[in-house]
Amino acid sequence: MSLKERVLNCLKDDVIAVTEHRGDLSVEVPREKIVSVLTRLKDDPDTSFDFLSDLFGVDNLDLYKKKKKPKKKAEGEEEKVEEDKGPPPPRFEVIYLLLSLKTNERLQVKIRVPEDDMTVDTVTCIWKAADWPEREAFDMFGFKFKGHYNLRRLLMWDEFEDHPLRKDYPLEGKGEVRHLKYE
Amino acid sequence: MAFQAYQGEGWLLTKAEQLINWGRSRSPWPFPYGTACCGIELMAALASSYDMARFGAERVGFSPRQCDVLIEAGTITKKMVPILKTIYDQMAEPKWVIAVGACACTGGVFRTYSTQQGIGSIIPVDVYIPGCPPRPEGILYALLKLLDKIQEDHPLYKKRQEVAEALEATK
Ligand code: SF4
Repeated sequence: MSLKERVLNCLKDDVIAVTEHRGDLSVEVPREKIVSVLTRLKDDPDTSFDFLSDLFGVDNLDLYKKKKKPKKKAEGEEEKVEEDKGPPPPRFEVIYLLLSLKTNERLQVKIRVPEDDMTVDTVTCIWKAADWPEREAFDMFGFKFKGHYNLRRLLMWDEFEDHPLRKDYPLEGKGEVRHLKYE
Repeated sequence: MAFQAYQGEGWLLTKAEQLINWGRSRSPWPFPYGTACCGIELMAALASSYDMARFGAERVGFSPRQCDVLIEAGTITKKMVPILKTIYDQMAEPKWVIAVGACACTGGVFRTYSTQQGIGSIIPVDVYIPGCPPRPEGILYALLKLLDKIQEDHPLYKKRQEVAEALEATK
């Protein structure tokens, strides 16, 4: 069986979309089920994705903005009625990169997270290694990993207020400074 | 004159300030504060082929309390600012600072939210070295410039002014 078949077999109805790009398989799953999905992928002897290589966030703000831009029209051409494709997909994604140490296969698991509710269940209960990547994703994008035992900023200092890898955060910052304070 | 002094007998005529400057400029004890790639160049400048010890910077100290030249080589992130300031504050007077490389001078290529745009706004810098990274010769040249600066210093005069200011403040 190919990897795709085995993964689909393991996850059954929980798959929203499957894409394959140059031999790399990625599946999108519902946000609420991420812990159960990853546990099954890990425990199923057919897939046995027992190693979490990385976990990170993606902000798709500009991607959707670009699509919405109206195209330039030649004169005399009729105005095309834009098809209603429904609301744009949620702004953020969390991506889990899995590796099977047994078969040396890799899999990308993706969940989508809307801006107004950034909670995601933590996967530190499955892999201890998710500790720092989750803290980084929280620091940079503001995901709230529910159940993480120590969700503090990893890279920026504690008093920092923004989430700098969000696309609407200016590259040069908003003038944050840090001083030495003697108690 | 000096020759006679070496012989044991004789005399030596100088100014106290010059004597102090002579001592200070011939034994700068550097504190290596290498935070990024420029730190590697600093290591090369300290190691045997360039050998900073030729100019008196023989003893590289790893305790700020025993050093008088802070050589800041590398990027300073904003998160690091309090640490750099603490180290500078811990150094005993008199103290000097050399900023090595574009990052320490102005933030360099990292014009971002996380990088301090030059350490000059945190601590007073005596010599800036441009370059990304500067060659070890550049670092040695900066050290020589700093030694020149020390030679031109007026330690006693400054001390007297400080005391006068302090007295003025108590009045
Ligand atoms: S100035 Fe260049 S070489 Fe030096 S720390 Fe910055 S990036 Fe690295």
